Order: sequence, then C-alpha cells, then structure tokens
Amino acid sequence: MIRSVMVINTQGKPRLAKFYEFQPVEKQQELIRSVYGVLSSRAENVSNFVDAESIFGADTRLVYKHFATLYFVFVFDSSENELAMLDLIQVFVETLDKCFKNVCELDVVLNYSKMHTVLDEIIFGGQVLETSSTEVMKAVEEISRLESASNAISLVPKSVSAWQSR
Amino acid sequence: MEQLKTIGRELAMGSQGGFGQSKEFLDLVKSIGEARSKAEEERIVLLEIETLKRRLSEPDIPKRKMKEYIIRLVYVEMLGHDGSFAYIHAVKMTHDDNLLLKRTGYLAVSLFLSDDHDLIILIVNTIQKDLRSDNYLVVCAALNAVCKLINDETVPAVLPQVVDLLAHPKEAVRKKAIMALHRFYQKSPSSVSHLVSNFRKRLCDNDPGVMGATLCSLFDLITIDANSFKDLVVSFVSILKQVAERRLPKAYDYHQLPAPFIQIRLLKILALLGSGDKQSSEQMYTVVGDIFRKCDSSSNIGNAVLYECICCVSSIYPNPKLLEQAAQVISRFLKSDSHNLKYMGIDALGRLIKISPEIAEQHQLAVIDCLEDPDDTLKRKTFELLYKMTKSSNVEVIVDRMIDYMISINDNHYKTYIASRCVELAEQFAPSNQWFILTMNKVFEHAGDLVNVKVAHNLMKLIAEGFGEDDDDADSQLRSSAVESYLRIIGEPKLPSVFLQVICWVLGEYGTADGKYSASYITGKLCDVAEAYSNDESVKAYAVTAIMKIYAFEISAGRNVDFLPECQSLVEELSASHSTDLQQRAYELQAVISLDAPAVESIMPPDASCEDIEIDKNLSFLNGYVQEALEKGAQPYIPENERSGVLDISNFGNQDHHEALTHSLKFEAYELPKPVMPSRVPPAAVASSTELVPVPEPSYARETRQPASLPSVSDAGSSELKLRLDGVQKKWGRPTYSSSASPSTNSSSSTSHKTTNGVTQVDSVGASNSKARDTYDSRRPQVEISPEKQKLASSLFGGPSKTEKRPSSANHKASKASTHTSEKSQAPKAAAVQAEVNREPAPDLLDLGDSTSSSSVPAIDPFKQLEGLLDQTDVASNVNHGTAGAAKTPDFMGLYADTPVSGLGSSVGDLLPTNRDEFNLTSELSNATRTAQGGVTQFNKGPNPKDALEKDSLVRQMGVTPTSPNPNLFRDLLG
Repeated sequence: MIRSVMVINTQGKPRLAKFYEFQPVEKQQELIRSVYGVLSSRAENVSNFVDAESIFGADTRLVYKHFATLYFVFVFDSSENELAMLDLIQVFVETLDKCFKNVCELDVVLNYSKMHTVLDEIIFGGQVLETSSTEVMKAVEEISRLESASNAISLVPKSVSAWQSR
Repeated sequence: MEQLKTIGRELAMGSQGGFGQSKEFLDLVKSIGEARSKAEEERIVLLEIETLKRRLSEPDIPKRKMKEYIIRLVYVEMLGHDGSFAYIHAVKMTHDDNLLLKRTGYLAVSLFLSDDHDLIILIVNTIQKDLRSDNYLVVCAALNAVCKLINDETVPAVLPQVVDLLAHPKEAVRKKAIMALHRFYQKSPSSVSHLVSNFRKRLCDNDPGVMGATLCSLFDLITIDANSFKDLVVSFVSILKQVAERRLPKAYDYHQLPAPFIQIRLLKILALLGSGDKQSSEQMYTVVGDIFRKCDSSSNIGNAVLYECICCVSSIYPNPKLLEQAAQVISRFLKSDSHNLKYMGIDALGRLIKISPEIAEQHQLAVIDCLEDPDDTLKRKTFELLYKMTKSSNVEVIVDRMIDYMISINDNHYKTYIASRCVELAEQFAPSNQWFILTMNKVFEHAGDLVNVKVAHNLMKLIAEGFGEDDDDADSQLRSSAVESYLRIIGEPKLPSVFLQVICWVLGEYGTADGKYSASYITGKLCDVAEAYSNDESVKAYAVTAIMKIYAFEISAGRNVDFLPECQSLVEELSASHSTDLQQRAYELQAVISLDAPAVESIMPPDASCEDIEIDKNLSFLNGYVQEALEKGAQPYIPENERSGVLDISNFGNQDHHEALTHSLKFEAYELPKPVMPSRVPPAAVASSTELVPVPEPSYARETRQPASLPSVSDAGSSELKLRLDGVQKKWGRPTYSSSASPSTNSSSSTSHKTTNGVTQVDSVGASNSKARDTYDSRRPQVEISPEKQKLASSLFGGPSKTEKRPSSANHKASKASTHTSEKSQAPKAAAVQAEVNREPAPDLLDLGDSTSSSSVPAIDPFKQLEGLLDQTDVASNVNHGTAGAAKTPDFMGLYADTPVSGLGSSVGDLLPTNRDEFNLTSELSNATRTAQGGVTQFNKGPNPKDALEKDSLVRQMGVTPTSPNPNLFRDLLG
C-alpha cells in the first residue's frame, strides 16, 4: 500500500502532504524534513529510489521525481513495484499538467484543494485507483461541474472550462 | 515576469468558481513564499492562525468564506502548526448539503483527524447518510473519508452501507467501495472476515477497473493465506492472459501497454500462489512466458512488468525456460544506463540467484560497477545482493567492503543494519579466528555503540571457549592474538563503551596468559583506560575487575606483585566512588591482593571463565549461623513477598549474601554470557569429540578450524542469533549439491590450497589462478577492465566457478565416518597421487588420459567412483594398501599407483602427520587436478551431461580451459 504522498519544493517547503495512515502534525513535519534532507543531498542522474526504512520504518521504500522546483515523493511498502510507482508519479504530474496547463509550483500552492481532488482520484485509501490521466481528468471535471452547479453562491458560471481556455 | 504571471493568475482566479481562493489566501501564500527565514515564516503563520481564530468566532460566517477558512487552516496545518481549534468547523461543514462544502469538509477532516479522534463520532452519522445519497459524488466523498476515519469500533456502523455499494450502478463507486472494504480489512480483519466472498465475487465484475481494485484486496488476503485461494489460480491466469492479449478496452492502455498495473498485481498474486506449488506453477508458465516475450522493454512501465515477471519466476516452482528469459531481462537491466533499471536488475538478481546461482557470474562486472556507483541506493541494494551470495570463499572481500562502507556513512540506522550484517556473515563464514577477531574489532571500533550487546558477549565467549576444539594451542593462539590486537587498539581515542568492555575483559582474562606481556604492563594499560573513560562506569568496572584478575593470577602463580602507583590511585578513587558497584569492586580488589596464593587461586582460578558456578540458592550452609543468631534472640527471616516497604533493602541484603558465599566475587563478565551457555556448549562438545583431530602444527590452524567451528557457530545461531542457516549453501552450490553440502565444505577455495603438507602446492595453485583469469578474459575479450576490478571480481565471484564440489563434501562425509586408521592409510595415497600430479608435466595430458582408460577397471562406473571417491578410497586403501596393484585398484587412484613415485609418495606420506583435514585438502586437490588432466578421457566416458557439466566447472576451477564451453563436445570427439 502507499503510505504517503508528498510534494516538497526545492527549498524544503511542503506543498502537499497526504498520509494514508494518520500521523500527528509534528510527526508529519519531521517526516517531511527528513525526506527533504535525503532528497536534497542526492546528486543528479542517480536512481529515483531511496531506502526509506530509517525514516518511515521497516518495509518502506521511497520513490521521488524532481520536476523544476518540486519533488514529488511517494512512500509505499513492498506490495508495490518501484518502477510502477515512478510511473504513478508521472500520471499524477501529467494530470496536474492537464488541469493547469503547464503546471508550476504556484498552481500547486494556489489550488490546494484541487490537488487533493486529483490525488484522491488516483490513490484511494493507499491503493492505486486509476492510472489513466484522461480518466482522472474526466472525474475531476465532473466533480468541479457538479460542485459549481450545486454551489448556489457561486455567481460565476464559467468554472473550469473557462479558465482552462485562458 | 513572475509578478505578471502572478497577477494574471490572480485575475484568473476570480473566475475560478469552485477552486478560487480569495486575495487573503493568496497574500498568505505569497508572504510565506517570500519569507527569508524560518522564524519569519513562523511569525506569518501564527498571525494567520490568530486571524482565523478571530474570524471563526464571528457569528454568521458566510459558507463560502467558511470554506476558505478551512482550506487556509489545512494549509497552515501542513506547514506544521496546530489547527485543532477549528476541527469542529470542519466537522460541521461535512453536514452541509452543498456538495462543494461537503467535499471540503470531508477533505479537511480526513486530513485533520485520526481514526480515534473524539470528533469522529459526530461524523459517523453524516457518513452513514451520505453513503446512501443519490449523488454518487457525495457517496465517493464519504467513501474517501471512510478509509481514513473509520476504525475497528466504527466499522460496523458503516459496513452494511459499504457492502450495499458493491452493487452500485456506477463503476467508480463500486471500485471505491471495494477498496474501502479492503481498508476495513486492513484495520480490523475480524469485522469483515465474513465478507471475503465479496472480494471473490467482485473479481468477476464486468468493469475491469473494479476487477483491478479487487486484486489489491485479494493480494493482501493471499499474502496471509495462499492455500484457500488456490482455486483462483485458473481465473487469475486467464485474466492475465486476456489482459496481455489486449482484450481490455483501449482506455486501460498505459504507454501502449495493456493495463500494466493490473498485470503487475496479477503477477504478484501468482508469485504468492505458485510459491512451492508445482501444480499451480505449471499453469502459469505459458502466460508468464508470453508476457516476457510481449512486454515492451523500452518504457518504464514495461520494465516494471518485466521486473514483476522475474519476481514471479523466482518465486514459483522453477522452470528452466522462464529462468533463462528472466536472466536475459536481468542482463538487459544491468547493462542499461539507467540507475533505476540497474537497481531493479540488482534486486532481481538477488532473487534469481537463490534458484540459479550461476547467473551472477556473468554479471560480476556490472555488480562491481554498481558497488562503486556514487548512488547510495544502488550501493545498498548491491550490498544486499552481496550479503545473499556470501560464502566462505568471498566473505573476506565482502565484509571488508561492507565495513569500508559502514565507516563512510553517517546514517545510524543503516550503520546499525550493516554492522549487524557484517557480524552475522563473520560469525557464519569466518575463514579464521584471526580474521574474525580483526573484523569484529573493526566493527566495534566504528559502530560499537550501535551493535547489539549480545554480539560483544558472543565475542568474549568465543575468545574464552575457543572454537570448541580440544586444541588448546589454537585457543591460546587465538587469545594471544586477541590480546595483541586489543593492546594495539586500546590507545585509540574514543572507543565505544561496549568494545572497551570486551577489551578489558579479555585483557584481564588472558592479558598475561601467554607470558608475553608483564602484569604491570597490562594493568598499566587498564588503568589508562579507566582514567581515559572516567565517565563510563561500566568500563571502569570492567577495568578494575580485569586488574584484579591480573593480580590474582600473578599471586596464584607465586610471583611478586608490585602494585602500580596509578593502580593504587585508581583503587583509592573508586573506593570513594558514588557508584556502590565500583566501590565494591575496588574493595574486593584490595581484599584479594592481600590474600595468600592458595586462597587467591580458589577465588580466582585462571582461565575458568567457562566453568559453571554452582550456586546454593537456599544458603543451607548458613543454617548453623542463623540458628545461633535466632537462639540469641534475633528476628526470624521474613520472606520478601511477606514484607512491604522494605523491598529494596532486603534485595540488597540478598545480593550481598550471594556474593559473599558462592565462592565467587561478582564479576559481570562471568555472569553475562551464562544464559546462552547451555545451548552452546553441547554442540561444541559434540563437535570436538567426533570431528576433531589435534593439529600439532600451528600453520594448519586455518584449515582445521573450519569443520569443527562452523557447526558450533551455526548451532548457536539457530538458538539465539537467527542466522541464516538454511539454504546458505544452496544459494551457491549447484542445486544438485545443496543437500549434501555442509557449511564446512569450503575448502575448495583457492586460498586454502596453500602448502598443505610436505609437497609444495603453491606453484600449481598460482598457475591455476592465473589461468582462471585467462579463462575469464577470453570470454569477454572486448571489454577493457581495470585490473583492480578484475581482482575484485575474481575474489567476489571466483567462488561460483569454484563452488563447493561434491567430491569435497564426500571427502568430509567419508572421512567423518572413517576410522583413524583408515585415514592413516589414505593420507599416503593422497600424497602419492599429489606427488605424481605435481611431477606430471602438462603436455602429457593425453598420455595420462590413455593410461586412465587402460588402468581403470571397466566394470565399475568411474563417475560413481568420483562422486563417492572417498568411500571407494576407504575400501581401496584398506584392501590394497601396500600392494598398490594397478589392476585391482578400482578407482583413479590406481592410475597413479603403478607409477614408480607411488612408493616414494607413500613413504613421504608416512612421515607426515596424519591429519584428516590435511588429507581432505590434498585428496581433493589431487582429485581436482586429476580431473583436469584426465579430463579429456573422462568426458567421453561420462554418460550423463550433468556429470559432464560438473566436471567442466571442476576443470575451470583448476584453471584449465576446456577448448569449448560445452563439455559435451568431447563426447562427439571421443565417444
């Protein structure tokens, strides 16, 4: 199962943190810090895998991918495949890219709840739910459509499609 | 530019509806982003929390605003600040009818709350209602929250609804429902155990996505109990087949690969189901083979599937064809430039070598490259692999490497881990005591505080007991080498406490035993230690006890004791110590040295650390004294459990009694190893009685130790240290040998071929070594390799081609069974053969071969004899010794028996000490050499290709290159 998903920027600031098993706030911070400590010391052109047992306990692995100013980090156990997880990061990022058109760190920060929506469509309760970014996009768009429809307060009807064509 | 972009986004955000954020949030994010220091960020966040607190306490907050506050709070929590004051608002928000607000509420609570938080009870009702909602998005949001928030107490409250959802018309809901059920299973297996059938049912869901989700749950279930799912093997295989044949809708393709994640899951499941089950495995062969062939190895995900195939192949009942395919993929991984693939390749190699050990050999250079790679992850994975392939012939290189790496890293977690691995390997495969002690010294020196204390005790015990042999010489040699190495190390600054304890104990026990060092020298050193580590009480305790032992031994040996001034001051200091333990030791020391020799000797007999100490727990010998006291009107003794309030004091009293009255002062070093002694002593004793032959010459220590010591070490391992005992040999021996090979049959490593008896072997070994390298080079002529790497490769992997040979293990077996007298008669024979072999020049290969065929009796299968060489030899030598008739000797020995050297050889042999181990080596060596020389003729007679292969590797071991890698060729030529 997947234990945790983190997005950390290259300065070590968390941009998204999701733990599929509850961790108290302080522990989360500690984990994020140690993960960042490991990642920032890794050279370019090395493998995307890190031994995470010293941080997350026995039977944990960590796969990360570095995009521009962000590290995308998945932590999981031996029931998952490292290379497959690497591709799952790819799926996540691709989906974000489709969502935000050339995703950058700012999108990630500003659309905090949307990030979670996207992630929840890919990983559910620590298991891989969907691996096709098109399918994820469909689901996310459906959610935003229904949300804005039910949102009586919202006076702006344009919603996703509007800012997507921006 | 960046600012422009921000403004643009800010503008765009105004129209973002559901996902829009307010200017305030934007400002918050911006100011945090611009914060120069952690302190500044902290200040901003704290300010934000104040603002939020104030806002949230206002009445009638518009819902829209409320949602934003919650999102801001989630953000603040992610930055590490407590937002618990607003949890209740998040909970309230889940009650909202508006989908957007409800989803935000669920998101917030699932990020905020643990599954045993008090507020959960307020949400359960909402979740129940939402799970029944008509709007599937509401249902999904609730299911999402369920996974995170429900614990085993609340599972029953939502379970019926979730089970109902398994039949929901929307596949997205079914998928999430099955996963939620899976999560329930993870959290509280008992509450959903009656629903396992649902997982099986959902496997037949007509939506592949739901089926894929079911696989996750089934994987967990099968991990726990594979047997009750064996009936599904057929289904899994057929699903996998359909997936691989692209029968799924195109939407499931990922990077042109059909549903790779489902394939991976299925392969994982098949690996579990087929493990150790030949029948199930056979059903999988075809489909796994298909995937091997079809899978596209250019994409990342394709390689993920291939890797999973290898895992599957290495787990199920082995199939040669699949293993070959797996080996091909591994070599592709290892040759790749990508570190990720190399990593997977190393991992896969580690899995496959369990089944086919020989594949590691062809990848030796790749493995060494990985070992020297700057990438830590890859390096550690490679150490993992090396750990799996360690055997006695390469343990020195591997452990050295591990220790070097251990020294170089700072990560304490991994340091501990690798240190324990080093210890484990050293205990299991140590080629010599000397090496073992030096290795342990290094481990202790650099990671002493991290290794288990037990390891230190084991080391002390090992030095004290020796290797359980009767051979006192070897033991005392071991001890003096330990003492010497410790005296060298002791001056180094900042040694770990555990290590110092070992050093003090050993110096105290054996420092003066061999007479090389004077008592005052050793005590001086011990005083230095106690002084240098004056903060460490246990080191001081060990040191002062050691000093006492040294003096006690001196006194009982009748020598004059000159109490060093620094000792005097140490004792004085300690007798005023705050620690009562140290005080006691100091007083004991003073008391002991003032006694006369016989008294001291009975208190502290030299070299008695392994003796059992009898303890009279009832203190019966005190009865008279007690009686006397009672008669004088003393209070009778009240047992501890009948008293209250004075426990501590009574404990003290008890201990004092014990100490004073059991003929022994309290020494930790004597006591600590005790709990494990019973389990260790018997095997050692057995080993010594059945397997040991006294070795008179010290230069043989290295060889002689192995048969006896390894069993005893591993025996101990099984009881306490959890060493890897099973399959150790299997991994590297050829599968056919694994059953007969014992851990001690490592003598075929080239290093142990050194001068084993009067006849010099060095030359031939050297030659064979260089030839072995030639062989290796010729196989890979185009690659330029640095000589160091080559050396490393040959020391690491040289083993596989020189793996433990059946004949050598047969040697051991036979010699174990044989009596001393028969050994006697064998030794000369072996020597004779060896002498002959050495004398024979290489060009005579074919002549020799001819003589083989002519002199051996055709009625007996020569290969049988080769396998059971020694049994045959026993018979042969018992019957034929002396006559040495060529025609009668039914084995290859006979080949040489009719040469003139035989007489000479046996006379040489008679002069030699009859040492079985020696004999093993010589006979094995000669055996191998003979195979090499007579190889040509033997091959054509070998009816069995397997035998031929064995011969082939044997030949390689001896460094003679067969003209072709395939020994069957000889059959064509000569048969």
